Amino acid sequence: MINRIVVGARYGLKDWIIQRVTAVVMAVYTLFIGIVLVAVRPADFSVWIAVFSHGMVKFATFLFALSLFYHAWIGMRDLWMDYIKPVGLRLTLHVLTILALVGYTGWVIEILFWRL
Amino acid sequence: MADTCQTSPRKRPKFLGLADISFRIHLPLPGKLSILHRVSGALLFLMLGPILYYFQLSLTSPAGFEHFKNFAAHPCVRLVCAGLIWAYMHHFCAGIRFLLIDMQVGASLAAARFSTLIVFAVSLGATIALCWRILL
Repeated sequence: MINRIVVGARYGLKDWIIQRVTAVVMAVYTLFIGIVLVAVRPADFSVWIAVFSHGMVKFATFLFALSLFYHAWIGMRDLWMDYIKPVGLRLTLHVLTILALVGYTGWVIEILFWRL
Repeated sequence: MADTCQTSPRKRPKFLGLADISFRIHLPLPGKLSILHRVSGALLFLMLGPILYYFQLSLTSPAGFEHFKNFAAHPCVRLVCAGLIWAYMHHFCAGIRFLLIDMQVGASLAAARFSTLIVFAVSLGATIALCWRILL
């Protein structure tokens, strides 16, 4: 008989791939925004807001944020699973992480598409 | 040794806690890179809220932008920013190394050890350059 311990979270190829795809998206964005900021050198508000009001930058920043939040979920979930043993505490941290990241997603949409 | 193994089988699976990893286990350099990948990732996650808040503030109004600039000029804030720049650079460089190893590039032991040195050199160099450029 195999005594299998059910550890909870789904853990498989899909998340493994998503972690890498989101990493590539963020790496490309990092180079993109780095080049933009070096080229523009925003020192005052009008230039700074012009950069992030630009359609391309807005679009790319939104995709970066979504990638970041999904990436952060998989990463933090792994950390809680690896280091937090009490089930109740671990579940709480999982839920708080999800709530924070879903909230941040709404917040980023507000910043990028409501205010700019 | 052999009979102690037979009489009292070692307990498996063995769970390693944070304390084990921090103090009891000597990690080789690639292991240190890997654990720092986790540390830097956790740090960036924990600072997401403040980062978003100040990103929003900087884009709200000219006054908000000035407030953001003054806040960012505080020495303590600069120290935190320097830490975040390091975390981003380390996570970025170590992450690219992991992606390459996933694609079987530099997956041999010697190559993986060598690329660890490259990651530390590039991420620390980039951290110093960026702090110099932005924070000083």
